[in-house]
Amino acid sequence: MSSARVVITGLGAISPLGLTVASLWEGLCEGRCGIGKITAFDPVGFSCKLAGQVPDFKIQSFVPKTYRKATKLMSRDIELAIVAADEAIRSSKLITKGIDAENINVDPTRMAINLGAGLISCDLVELAPSVAASITDGRFDIHKWGKDGFELVTPLWLLKYLPNMSACHIGIIHDIQGPSNTITCAEASGHLAISEASQIIARGGAVYALAGGAEAKVNPIVMIRQCLLKRATSENNDDPTTACRPFDADAKGAVFGEGAGMIVLETIENAQKRDAKIYAEIAGLGQSNNINPAYEHLEPDGKGIQIAIEKAMADAQIGPEDLDLIIPHGTGIADDDLAEAKAIEAALGKAATKTAVWPTKSMLSNTGAATGALDVIAAVCAMSEGKIPAAKNCDRKANGCNLNIVKQPQQTKIRYALCCSYTYGGQTAALVLKQPD
Amino acid sequence: MAERVLITGMGLVCPLGHDVETLWQAMLTGKSGMAKTTIFDASTFASDFSAEVKNYDPAEYTKKPQLHKDSNRGSGFAIGATAQACEQARINIETDQPADGIDRSRLGIYLGAGEGSVDNDVFFAALVKAWDAEAGEMDWGRWAEVAFGQMDPARELEQEPNMPAAHIAMLTGARGPTRSCLTACAASTQAVGEAMMLIRKGDADVMIAGGAHSMIHPLGVMGFNRLTALSTRNDSPETASRPFSASRDGFILGEGAAILILESLSSAKKRGVPILAEVIGYGSSSDAFRVTDMHEEGRGAIAAMTAALVDAGISYKDIDHINTHGTSTVENDSIETRAIKAVFKEEAKNTPANSVKSMFGHLIGAAGAAELITCILAIRDNIVPPTTNLNDPDPQLDLDYVPNEPRKMQVDVVMNESFGFGGQNNVVIVKRYE
Repeated sequence: MSSARVVITGLGAISPLGLTVASLWEGLCEGRCGIGKITAFDPVGFSCKLAGQVPDFKIQSFVPKTYRKATKLMSRDIELAIVAADEAIRSSKLITKGIDAENINVDPTRMAINLGAGLISCDLVELAPSVAASITDGRFDIHKWGKDGFELVTPLWLLKYLPNMSACHIGIIHDIQGPSNTITCAEASGHLAISEASQIIARGGAVYALAGGAEAKVNPIVMIRQCLLKRATSENNDDPTTACRPFDADAKGAVFGEGAGMIVLETIENAQKRDAKIYAEIAGLGQSNNINPAYEHLEPDGKGIQIAIEKAMADAQIGPEDLDLIIPHGTGIADDDLAEAKAIEAALGKAATKTAVWPTKSMLSNTGAATGALDVIAAVCAMSEGKIPAAKNCDRKANGCNLNIVKQPQQTKIRYALCCSYTYGGQTAALVLKQPD
Repeated sequence: MAERVLITGMGLVCPLGHDVETLWQAMLTGKSGMAKTTIFDASTFASDFSAEVKNYDPAEYTKKPQLHKDSNRGSGFAIGATAQACEQARINIETDQPADGIDRSRLGIYLGAGEGSVDNDVFFAALVKAWDAEAGEMDWGRWAEVAFGQMDPARELEQEPNMPAAHIAMLTGARGPTRSCLTACAASTQAVGEAMMLIRKGDADVMIAGGAHSMIHPLGVMGFNRLTALSTRNDSPETASRPFSASRDGFILGEGAAILILESLSSAKKRGVPILAEVIGYGSSSDAFRVTDMHEEGRGAIAAMTAALVDAGISYKDIDHINTHGTSTVENDSIETRAIKAVFKEEAKNTPANSVKSMFGHLIGAAGAAELITCILAIRDNIVPPTTNLNDPDPQLDLDYVPNEPRKMQVDVVMNESFGFGGQNNVVIVKRYE
């Protein structure tokens, strides 16, 4: 089957390190930590009181005037997605309806959108009055709720929390009428959405695609879930910058956060024809599954990641020695990190101990469906700048981890970079990016 | 040359039966799956009825029920549907040494799957305890106390929409490409379409594709009731789903799972498995119009139908039958009719277009795949199931909706349509295998 080469021509990021790709890259280079004490709600009583939170922004500035009314229907996840999409499309120099309705240079029917999204948890504060109006003898009374409580919930309530709404709002803002999908594979979503979008471009299903992921995990329901599953760290609450320690001997768990990463994809021929800046090529894709009865954790040998990495390298037609950078999923959950390290070793063989490995979650936190997309953007920046920043909070490698975690910043040409991710529930993904010719 | 993609297995758990043949007999006799809601007490809700899966136990389908004990409803349905589909396609499940001729790293999963219900008792109790009505704010300390004390970690995890895929992987040992999507009501049609693309491209030999979902939970019903999307014909649940009728007043929430085994022609031949049908076309589009409404002219629906026809390399004249999205909402049924007319032109009125949602309701994320199974059965038996409850046709809607009685006719090529809330549209075309 004919298959075109696909390249990245636009980048957009909103992360705990700032509202732009530039602030993300600058922060990562400085080893800055975007993790702090939760301010979105009072985390008293939560075992983990830390999160990676995005600095303040006004969503109105990223939404055309004619569409501002719709911001009422936007959960935080949707807002983050819109901000990153705006930057990605601007940086690609594509002019969509949302950028400048008078000078559109894209055929809306030939543009696709493929986003990773999390399970958007409802805003409890918004729901509470309807529940409070439905109490009998101190307990929730579903009869009352059905009769009287419903009326206190805003009529379009549900639309805020359907995960596909990020893609729908962005589609409306930028008039994206081609193939549209929303991948809901939790922390693997970002990579999987980029992979699928890239395949859609390769098979001619669209000329351009906006792809990536967005999620706001700084929500009491999400946080309590991660606390209950004991994935979130319960230590270092007083020392946020050292809390998340991927592959470190003192790793105590993950820290969750919010963000969005978006990229623009197109064929290399198309990018060259319109003289677009090519940031990197999507050279290889691989996907698989972890199979583990403890669904919240990676299987101990990380086999599902190993298979994904092997497939991605085979797809890119490269060997392990061709990789100059790996951005692993590296969450700071000790067992999961060890399993991932084993998987990388199994897939790369000897090269695994030499290839630079640069985990980012110590600085960015685990942003769920956004994390894979943010890592792809970080890898692209590293590739463009010829620089690998130092890993943070990996002072003493965990026993059994033989990876070359980057201790000092390095100036180096990156020919190929690998990003990989996995999630509770099992889905895994790996992507190989290639330095443009 | 891209691989041809075939269907070699089907399985389903839905309001009209826990297997494919039971569903089919129910549909050919025009049965209804609607009744008063029993999963929770909805007696004062604007819609107090739904199409539930009743008396179903996923443990009947697995030798290792312990591995799936915390499943949410959707995952539980997916286990049964997958086990059935695998049996038909001769795929070994729950074994470390499969002898079915399928390399596990080339056996993938693609689901359109939804969220699991919140743990309702604790969820509402925590809100009651923690809400300070006077101050208008939450006391998060109190909320966390209830949550930490009463929430079950496994049950919390099972609310994630990617968990049904996890249970299927556990059941089948699949290590190939695995994705789960949630494009509202269009999700499992998208899943089947993208799964087909993965096989065509050569990334997998066999894909377990379909959907699993239940939104029959208090927050789901409340949300749809507030949108006024659901039928409120509480005095007559069995006749409430009446797509294309003048008196239609909304859809009826259903639930279930539907799984299709997609397989490359070379793999199916090598394994010598019976072939049920071929998937020949897939189209996806976005309305890019409003999150609350479909585009008036059905722009996105037309684009998805057209893209699927182009992908299949056929003309609208080649389609024998359309399985519509047909939700029984005023808006969908009107706009979908308009879109069909735009695409099918002079053939629009001659192409029987049914809605099986009249019988088993709207399975949301699982709807497209469940309906696709009825398309394949229509091809197998040369019979199109009816749109029931169509007794007062909407004068504006003048297609052949196959009212009330199944129709014997030659069926070789079927178009299946799914349009999601928010404007994501997906269409798949299946064909008799020759």
